[in-house]
Amino acid sequence: MARRPQEYDDIPGTFVFDAERSRQGYGINMFCMSLMKEENRKEFKANEAEYLNKFQLTDEQRNAILKRDYNRMLELGGNIYFTAKLGAADGHSFQHLAAVMTGSPQEDYAAMMLAGGRSVEGNRSKSGKDKVAKEKSTGKAKRKSKAKSNSKPTAKRK
Amino acid sequence: MAHIIAGVGSSHVPAIGAALDLGKTEEPYWKRVFSGFERSKDWMARANPDVAVVVYNDHASAFSVDMIPTFALGCAAEFPPADEGWGPRPVPVVKGHPELAAHIAQSVILDEFDLTIVNKMAVDHGLTVPMNLLFGQPKHEWPCRVIPLAVNVVMFPPPTGHRCYMLGKAIRKAVESYPEDLRVVIFGTGGLSHQISGPRAGLINSKWDKAFLDNLSKDPKKLTRIPHLDYMREAGAEGIEMVMWLIMRGALDDKVEEVYRFYTVPASNTAVGHIILENRSKPARKRPAAGRSRQAAARQNSQRVRSKGIR
Repeated sequence: MARRPQEYDDIPGTFVFDAERSRQGYGINMFCMSLMKEENRKEFKANEAEYLNKFQLTDEQRNAILKRDYNRMLELGGNIYFTAKLGAADGHSFQHLAAVMTGSPQEDYAAMMLAGGRSVEGNRSKSGKDKVAKEKSTGKAKRKSKAKSNSKPTAKRK
Repeated sequence: MAHIIAGVGSSHVPAIGAALDLGKTEEPYWKRVFSGFERSKDWMARANPDVAVVVYNDHASAFSVDMIPTFALGCAAEFPPADEGWGPRPVPVVKGHPELAAHIAQSVILDEFDLTIVNKMAVDHGLTVPMNLLFGQPKHEWPCRVIPLAVNVVMFPPPTGHRCYMLGKAIRKAVESYPEDLRVVIFGTGGLSHQISGPRAGLINSKWDKAFLDNLSKDPKKLTRIPHLDYMREAGAEGIEMVMWLIMRGALDDKVEEVYRFYTVPASNTAVGHIILENRSKPARKRPAAGRSRQAAARQNSQRVRSKGIR
């Protein structure tokens, strides 16, 4: 059955780990969880494809893991706190992983964070539906602070 | 009778723990973060609580996807630091308060909050990092007992902000019906804005965060109406952790005194937020009033000024 569309699918660049993805990605996440043990990390490194046979994974999920396609893993039910364990087992920092997911060189990602992070402006919604939600949520406080200060400069993604 | 004297909000960024464990606190990047908690440690030393209820979330350490409890209350006598893949953090074992925890469980379940009871649980950076930020780095023992309350904010949907706020109220009622005279501080941890997953990773929204802290202090009921979608859109997919701060806030008086606030961007991928809210109705301090020197009072005043200054 195809995934039922959700309101939050409208948030750009985001795969919300919901109950449906949690069900679907059980194998991915339990595989990642197994990498918390040194002996499992060794066994996985020795023969990745073989090690993955221990877990219930679809072909798409297996490929995403073997190719270290982190965004695809999230889309297929992986959760970031779990997939980060795979990144760590590969010897990567979390920042490396974040840069990979955002498709930017690590230096650029690091510079963006130091400059105040990715701005929410232009990153709220795929469809532009967000305006109503925005008004509802933070109301006056938000409008006030907007009037007071210009937003901080943020590094642009290259 | 036990009392909740204050609430503490604090981010729980794992990299903060790593910076502490690897002795990087003097590096300029980290000094900026840690300097914001110096006054908080003084405040905590003076507050001198008997018990801290720490609302936090587990990050695939104690719970995998085998079990995903929405609210899990730690009722054990102790909670070891979790091995998050590279050995446990070098922090003391966290000692629980099983009697008060059992009392809270009994009271809030009868108040219709269906908690999961946990009698064996390791605690990860989500709990130990805020402990370090407020209690420093004790070698052998934390200065108070701790009751962990682990909240699911990893799998969507987490409990609503309103549910969290009401649970805070139920916890307060439970604490205040406990016969022993205990001073209790409650922590809300996690946040503030951050997204660490997917192509939108790195998202920070300082305006949202500041409005959240303002409302937390003055108008928390407004925050209870924020839908999950708005948290995720505005504060990042992982920014939804902020609902945990509402459990802390619910456990306090409607009107509180904001004694301190700190905010900085970034620590790793996250906006670091911190606030201390005192209950106005709090009972007399443990140390007799005469023992509170003028100097201490002046120091507290200067914190209030600072708190306003960084708003």
